[in-house]
Amino acid sequence: MNKQASIASRLFDALNVIFMILLMIVMIYPMVYVFSASISNNALVASGAVLLWPKDIKLIAYEQLLNNPDLWRSYWNTIRYTSLHTVLTLIATSAMAYPLAKRWLPGRRLILMMAAFTLLFSGGMIPTFIIVQQLGLLNTIWAIVLPSLISTWHLFIMRTFFEALPEELEDAAAIDGCGSMQILLRIVLPLSMPVLATVGLFTAVNQWNAFFNALIYLNDRDMYPLQIMLRNILIAGTNVQGEGDLTHLETLKYAMIIIGTLPILCVYPFVQKYFVQGTMIGGIKG
Amino acid sequence: MMRLARIGFVLKKHKALYLLMLPGILYYLIFKYAPMYGIIIAFQDYSVGRGILGSKFVGLKHFIEFFYVTPDAWKLIRNTVMLNVYDLLFHFPTPIVLAILFHELKGKWFKRVVQNISYLPHFLSTVVIAGILVTFLSPTTGVINHLLVKAFGIEPIMFLGLPEWFRTLYVGSEIWQKAGWGTILYLAAIAGIDPMLYEAAKIDGANRLQQIRHITFVGMVPVMIILFVLTLGNFMEASFEKILLIYNSMNYETSDVINTFVYRRGILDADFSFATAVGLFQSAIGFVLVVAANRIVRKYSATSLW
Repeated sequence: MNKQASIASRLFDALNVIFMILLMIVMIYPMVYVFSASISNNALVASGAVLLWPKDIKLIAYEQLLNNPDLWRSYWNTIRYTSLHTVLTLIATSAMAYPLAKRWLPGRRLILMMAAFTLLFSGGMIPTFIIVQQLGLLNTIWAIVLPSLISTWHLFIMRTFFEALPEELEDAAAIDGCGSMQILLRIVLPLSMPVLATVGLFTAVNQWNAFFNALIYLNDRDMYPLQIMLRNILIAGTNVQGEGDLTHLETLKYAMIIIGTLPILCVYPFVQKYFVQGTMIGGIKG
Repeated sequence: MMRLARIGFVLKKHKALYLLMLPGILYYLIFKYAPMYGIIIAFQDYSVGRGILGSKFVGLKHFIEFFYVTPDAWKLIRNTVMLNVYDLLFHFPTPIVLAILFHELKGKWFKRVVQNISYLPHFLSTVVIAGILVTFLSPTTGVINHLLVKAFGIEPIMFLGLPEWFRTLYVGSEIWQKAGWGTILYLAAIAGIDPMLYEAAKIDGANRLQQIRHITFVGMVPVMIILFVLTLGNFMEASFEKILLIYNSMNYETSDVINTFVYRRGILDADFSFATAVGLFQSAIGFVLVVAANRIVRKYSATSLW
């Protein structure tokens, strides 16, 4: 009986490991293929000769893209949008979360309810668009940054973190004559680096990857972020090589994916623990 | 009068704290609550020139137009519901199963590697995911068709041109991108299970499968409930941005959803009032669903969203 159970148990383990290996292949294959295709001969990619490893290695797709001024401009735009968004989000979110963490503050519940309700119901795409339009934000960096300035989840994550900080520290500072603002800047925020990093990284990655707000709020080519450029090349099939030149069409698409994703892949190993942490704090709050 | 004086006193006493919240409160008022007020235009013939206050009130005209005149209304509702039902049936359970399998892995190092690899696609942008789908599935140059032709010798399939493939592709790519990341909360729940429970079960002679069923799975139930209610809250939304990127006129029959329609009529055609009415219909259903789900959950279990 016992022996049978242990055989079944080992069989389960073996199947599980095999399944996990298959899973890893399914997860990694598309990324490996994209990379291989981006550095291979265009004709071999299009005809299906490249299936896993690169063939007849050529970097011409990257050369063409790096010589394209539109790409540099969109990269710069994405960096601008992402950094401004992240900085403003951290300021606004922490400034709002700190008072909300004070259980004795009158009106705290009302404001929390106001924020929480937006998770259940929203005005929708068109009314939001009209507000942004009426404020005269179309075609400015503010149309990208402001409509998604505070995420209610992130606000709640920060509030939960602030609530857990020992109140004695703040009391001591208050007795020494520090105002609320000073306490927040000198005591609370330095102690909150983990949660600031988490929210900052979430915001940065979201903004780096965002395309929809740019799609509806920007129509000036000079303002396009990287993701819009990516969309135009990958999906709308816009040619970046000039009229009628299709010689590198396929490899260019794959090279573009790599260029757009590389920064995220580079920082991912260093920051993934913050993401996992942040998701768990947010989840426990639920 | 007394009340006002009291409010004034409280505001003054905690002035610094209220000032800190001010930018955040303004954000919510302007970008969340003003659009809710803007929903009024669903009942008007809104024109930019006359504004919300000056536009003519037309009652339910736009709703009637959507349900009785728009030929695609039924199709849009059906597609929205079907894509989300598929997502709930196939995508929702995957992280649960995956988390159990991760938990059962023996090698610590192997476990960490598999987990981190499965998280990775979550960080790819929607445009990249859609781009990979479109390029990989191309009938002439896509690698999926090259592989199929080599392995099975079949004719290339025009995946994105065939309506019958759309739901599979949509849900499949959702699972590929999000299932790994979705395990995190379940793994946290599993980590919170008292190891004594497993010891006790072993002594009582429970085998692996019984332990998984009666301890691991039961320990994950509160997280499942919360995530289920949250999923219902977004039920009508679908991954609309992805649909917008991969759908095309050839697969509208199964791919066109309420949100993509709102985008075309509202943003592209600037038919603001009509598009707002259609959008309101959708968010109202979403709201009712999440409130109902939470009420049911609260009645039958200790866990609920609020």
